[in-house]
Amino acid sequence: MIQVTRTYAAVPTDDWSAGVHRVLKDAGVRMVGVVPDAGLARLITFCEADRSMRLVRLTTEEEGVGLLAGAWLGNQRGVLLMQSSGTGNCVNMLSIATACRFPVVMLVTMRGEPGESNPAQVPMGSATQAVLEAMGVRVSRASSAAAVPTLVAAALDRAYDTESPEAVLVAQHVLGFKAFK
Amino acid sequence: MSRGTLDRRAVVGRLLAGRGDLLVVAGLGAPAWDITAAGDHPLSFPLWGGMGGAAMMGLGLALAQPRRRVLVVTGDGEMLMGLGSLATIAVQRPRNLSIVVLDNERYGETGMQRTHTAHGVDLAGIARAAGFPRALRIATMTGVSRLTRLVHDGTGPVFAQVKVSPARAPLVLPPKDGERLKQRFRDALRAGRGPNAASRPAAGPS
Repeated sequence: MIQVTRTYAAVPTDDWSAGVHRVLKDAGVRMVGVVPDAGLARLITFCEADRSMRLVRLTTEEEGVGLLAGAWLGNQRGVLLMQSSGTGNCVNMLSIATACRFPVVMLVTMRGEPGESNPAQVPMGSATQAVLEAMGVRVSRASSAAAVPTLVAAALDRAYDTESPEAVLVAQHVLGFKAFK
Repeated sequence: MSRGTLDRRAVVGRLLAGRGDLLVVAGLGAPAWDITAAGDHPLSFPLWGGMGGAAMMGLGLALAQPRRRVLVVTGDGEMLMGLGSLATIAVQRPRNLSIVVLDNERYGETGMQRTHTAHGVDLAGIARAAGFPRALRIATMTGVSRLTRLVHDGTGPVFAQVKVSPARAPLVLPPKDGERLKQRFRDALRAGRGPNAASRPAAGPS
């Protein structure tokens, strides 16, 4: 029998979070809109502790699209942190990012991928990339911890250069799997 | 709750008279036409979509520009779609942000169907319960004049539900190109002026 090793998402397997925080800081990101995910817990802690950043907790992810659009109108850069299920909550609000070309940058930690223990996470997780791309958001996918900061830096550059929305998806196996046992 | 009688164009006209360097976001539909009827302005951002997002755009703008006053003008249907944002804004407590809901108790662009406010849902009460230190229900032009002073000089965040008549006003459409609306806003803000910037001193740090 094949033994499946499960780790909990709250236990970091690699410190990509510190790298992403550094990348955000270097890019001049001041506004961080958040709906929490276990995989984002460390990054949220870093951003909250950083006095140059304003952490804005949201009741739903679509609020973050408006928040970042407003920040950009005010000549400020921001980023949204969310779990993949939250991308579905953003869909219509992304019309504003696409129609007005707001550089909304989303860092999305994946659920519903192979290893998922909650069946209700599977449909939205499976549709995340397609839904974002259908709304005109360019998507890149980090399949290793080392790739996350690199891809976030690239997404920020491309978003600001083109004034258009970007998302970086962090594969679930990078985060570790949550077991309901 | 009693039906509103105020003329929405008169309300917005008073809010924006001598607007100085006020930054304005309008929710989609009639509020966007209303702010345009008061005079198209580079420091106005009328939304053509994103229903439920106007208050959050105002929050992003207010946090990014803490030395400027920010006014969101939106409708009851639009606000009802983003009620959670009232909680988010109350937690952030931006002192320079006012949210004004023109409440005609109708979805005006889709056939004047009743919204929840026609059935007693109390938007100002929701804002107050969310933690807005000032959440007003206004039904007179005297009240609108007091609100105008709060928008320009009060300590926010301010929420106001202004009861307006369901009568439709003539369409006065803003530019449709969202990219252009965005760019002219950013350019005007960077230039540090609106057309009447000298008429009102900039708000101090809040």
